[in-house]
Amino acid sequence: MTLTRRDVENIAHLARLGIEEQELPVYAGSLSRIIEFVEQLASASTDDVEPMAHPLEDQVQRLRVDEPTETDHRERYQQNAPQVEAGLYIVPKVIE
Amino acid sequence: MAIEWEVVIGLEIHAQLATRSKIFSTSSTSFGAAPNVQANLVDLGYPGVLPVLNGEAVRMATLFGLAIGARVARRSVFARKNYFYPDLPKGYQISQYELPVVEDGSVDIVLDDGTRKTVGVTRAHLEEDAGKSLHEGLGANSGIDLNRAGTPLLEIVSEPDMRSAKEAIAYMKKIHTLVRYLDICDGNMQEGSFRCDANVSVRHKGRHEFGTRCEIKNLNSFRFVEKAINFEVARQVDIIEGGGSIVQETRLYDPDRNETRSMRSKEEANDYRYFPDPDLLPLVLEDAWIERVRAGLPELPDEKAARFVAEHGLTDYDAGVLTASREMAAYYEAVVGALGGQAKMAANWVMGDLSGLLNRDGLDITASRVDAARLSGLLSRIVDETISGKIAKEVLEAMWDEGRSADEVIEARGLRQITDTGAIERAIAGVMAANPKQLADYRSGKDKLFGFFVGQVMKATAGKANPAQVNDLLKKMLAG
Amino acid sequence: MSLHLKSAAELGRGLAAGEYSSVELTRHFLGRIGQGNGRLNAFITVTGERALDQARRADAAIGAGRGGPLTGVPLAHKDIFCTDGILTTCGSRMLSNFVSPYDATVVERLAAAGTVMLGKTNMDEFAMGSSNETSYYGPVRNPWDEACVPGGSSGGSAAAVAARLAPAATGTDTGGSIRQPAALTGLTGIKPTYGRVSRYGMIAFASSLDQGGVLAQSAEDAALLLEAMAGFDSRDSTCVDAPVPAYATQLDRPVKGLRIGIIREFFGEGLDPATGDAVQAALDAYRRMGAELVEVSLPALPLSVPTYYVVAPAECSSNLSRFDGVRFGHRCRDPKDLLDLYTRSRGEGFGTEVKRRIMTGTYVLSAGYYDAYYLKAQKVRSLINADFKRAFADVDVLMGPTSPTPAFRIGAKVDDPITMYLNDIYTIGANLAGLPALSAPCGMVGGLPVGLQLIGPHFAEARILAAAHAYQRESDWHRRVPPAWA
Repeated sequence: MTLTRRDVENIAHLARLGIEEQELPVYAGSLSRIIEFVEQLASASTDDVEPMAHPLEDQVQRLRVDEPTETDHRERYQQNAPQVEAGLYIVPKVIE
Repeated sequence: MAIEWEVVIGLEIHAQLATRSKIFSTSSTSFGAAPNVQANLVDLGYPGVLPVLNGEAVRMATLFGLAIGARVARRSVFARKNYFYPDLPKGYQISQYELPVVEDGSVDIVLDDGTRKTVGVTRAHLEEDAGKSLHEGLGANSGIDLNRAGTPLLEIVSEPDMRSAKEAIAYMKKIHTLVRYLDICDGNMQEGSFRCDANVSVRHKGRHEFGTRCEIKNLNSFRFVEKAINFEVARQVDIIEGGGSIVQETRLYDPDRNETRSMRSKEEANDYRYFPDPDLLPLVLEDAWIERVRAGLPELPDEKAARFVAEHGLTDYDAGVLTASREMAAYYEAVVGALGGQAKMAANWVMGDLSGLLNRDGLDITASRVDAARLSGLLSRIVDETISGKIAKEVLEAMWDEGRSADEVIEARGLRQITDTGAIERAIAGVMAANPKQLADYRSGKDKLFGFFVGQVMKATAGKANPAQVNDLLKKMLAG
Repeated sequence: MSLHLKSAAELGRGLAAGEYSSVELTRHFLGRIGQGNGRLNAFITVTGERALDQARRADAAIGAGRGGPLTGVPLAHKDIFCTDGILTTCGSRMLSNFVSPYDATVVERLAAAGTVMLGKTNMDEFAMGSSNETSYYGPVRNPWDEACVPGGSSGGSAAAVAARLAPAATGTDTGGSIRQPAALTGLTGIKPTYGRVSRYGMIAFASSLDQGGVLAQSAEDAALLLEAMAGFDSRDSTCVDAPVPAYATQLDRPVKGLRIGIIREFFGEGLDPATGDAVQAALDAYRRMGAELVEVSLPALPLSVPTYYVVAPAECSSNLSRFDGVRFGHRCRDPKDLLDLYTRSRGEGFGTEVKRRIMTGTYVLSAGYYDAYYLKAQKVRSLINADFKRAFADVDVLMGPTSPTPAFRIGAKVDDPITMYLNDIYTIGANLAGLPALSAPCGMVGGLPVGLQLIGPHFAEARILAAAHAYQRESDWHRRVPPAWA
């Protein structure tokens, strides 16, 4: 599979990654090589094989007790925030 | 020849589960806190933190599945739905996709004309709610509040089984009733605890294949659901009849203008790239666990209504009204219990005068100013003939306004019914003496004047005379 | 013997015996970091004051008779572990301003064991790399040859311990990121069973593969440290609730009678002959010690690299979506709208390799490609897992090389991602199957160390640590220190 410059633009948009114009063909080249490389998976016969999402097959999800134990640390957590106003995280206008 | 159109509706209901803490974090879910004070590291999607599943959310979803006769999955899987939005801190929503916890159930609805219909529930799955974007007073910016992020949601997806806005409302109300009976959702639509998206399409009646559907979002009241669907149906029919075709899209209902409009921002090709969330393991529910949940199932509205009909002799309609909310049904049952019967009278009073007062003051039955014990106290005074039904209405209003018991009001206002035959006879004699002409007319055959004499006697006794006795005695004495 | 030439276990014993204080020890290592870090670039952050503080508390604990085997022993943490109140960068511009408000479980546990944190070590950006060249903070140099890479992604931890700037360090391993740098710098590095060590506070790369572990001077040190950091943590749903064995007391298990499976697929084309010879010599040593060697074949294993390069990027593309310039991390200047905020913050904040992997992962998960790539890879992952299971039905431990070559020169492989990815050809299998695996030094080629890899069945950490320890009693490769740093 060869990825075009346009493919890279689409993927980058889906992933919200700003890619410089001149880097597009470079990414198209390396992503094409990677996709070509992983295509050797097609050679494996996987009929009736269950997909493996997780390395520990016998483990199941634990359930937590429903108890709110968290206290307010807004001040502290927002020290890492680039822009905050009245306790809100600020972003350019969200248009619905 | 005019074409007959058939409307096809499916609903996706989002019910916030009434857990105390969030689905994947230990933050509180309580409503109305200052922005972001109930958003911990997990809710904020901080680097390195991980989700841990709240067992109570799973129990609630299971309870719902059992209540609608669905299959509760012995194994279900959490997946990630990937998209960027500022109110979605991780850039993905944890949801269930291929393997939901509840599949294949149904509920029965009753329409206004009394017809019954079964609506299929395709699935119900657990997921996390997003935060909120606020726009007021922030100029060119928006502000993000993540208090709601991570609140557990049960997304209940119906089959496209509904054929009118009325059916959709009946279904939505049924689910609303059910989640409140199960005590898994507070059902508060104003606060967004119970929300709905509607998938609407139209087709020529008799056709099998569905028309192109539109998804309408932002339906946060029963009234809006009805209006939005009706608007949308008219819009789609107009387009098709004008030679156009429907574009599959997401539309937003605007209650101020009563119209739906395209959400172009959502139209951009969505590719959610679902895949199993590697931070969470498969949710496996043992039979024994499910049975323990089943043991906690309350009597459901349909069962309760059937019992009211069979055991209390109520009509289907009355039973339906009284079981529309668990609290209303409990109130009614408490009244009947205290009275030791008199179900029909109890039902009439709860649905009539009491509901009238509740509506007048905008109160929920749980906040009624006359509780079930006091109402049964009042009704027992009708039964023992201390007061008449008519006086009882006045007593109830006084109880409501003054916060007193029926007996206190009856005493204070001297409303005790007069059942002393001598006293009633004296009153009748007085009326007869004061109205010789009417008496003469009556005796000469004007039977209709009987009502006049009843009225006069009641007036003379300030309405307190026992009406049945008045009738009997009047007949005798007027006859001479 | 100079303090820095002692192993962590030896230092623990010396501290307990009062031969030196933790403050002295901490000053000694801080001094070495001060002198050597400019050359190696092994640390991103040095936490001198906090270290001395912890050292004083450790000395007090020892004085009060409350010390354990690691009380007062300094070590370094890979900068992927969140550390409360301290810059935690993950080797990325994206987090170059990020002060974590909490400690990772690993950090918390090692602190509770009395260890002293010297600082945070350099790494490939978001752990994506095999040479430590993708770090926003620049490449790390290999103390054995400063023109060479130390391996990656835990390259800073490897270089720091190899140069004895720290007695031991934490690392993480998603596809070989502990074992490969351990091999390339002459260290003993262990990646435990998936779920053995909590991932809470470890910034995620690929959640179904990531596992924390140790880079140390010996199997004994690795055992001590792993014991302190492993165990159940309710904050990580994938962390296994099973007791942690006392690894350090089980090191003397005999090798005699141990059935060792030699993985045929690891000795084919692509393996540097001299590296192969060194590994073969180590296997011979095991035979002499009484182990039984059998050749095993894992036919699906050659597909582990393509499987990994679907699964890991898929998970990473989603894991890294949270870096959006809204709540923490890098934000572009003057975003003109929301889309601009996202694309520029992320475009500027992530380096080339990270962007490449996010895009690979986005692609393999996207509509129309999911089945062919992601689902297919998950199925092949099943095949690889089944191969391992079959092998462990017959043998106790699997062995082979850790890395196909010794350390390569900085810049040699940066132009071709596939060549770089193939560095992990022998290590990825253990991650896909969640198996514990260890690399121990077993020779030198051209003045550069070579690693022997030991892979065990799930939760057989004690077994592979003991097997490595037995070898280390018969050999001295693990005691060698780069001459410039002795």
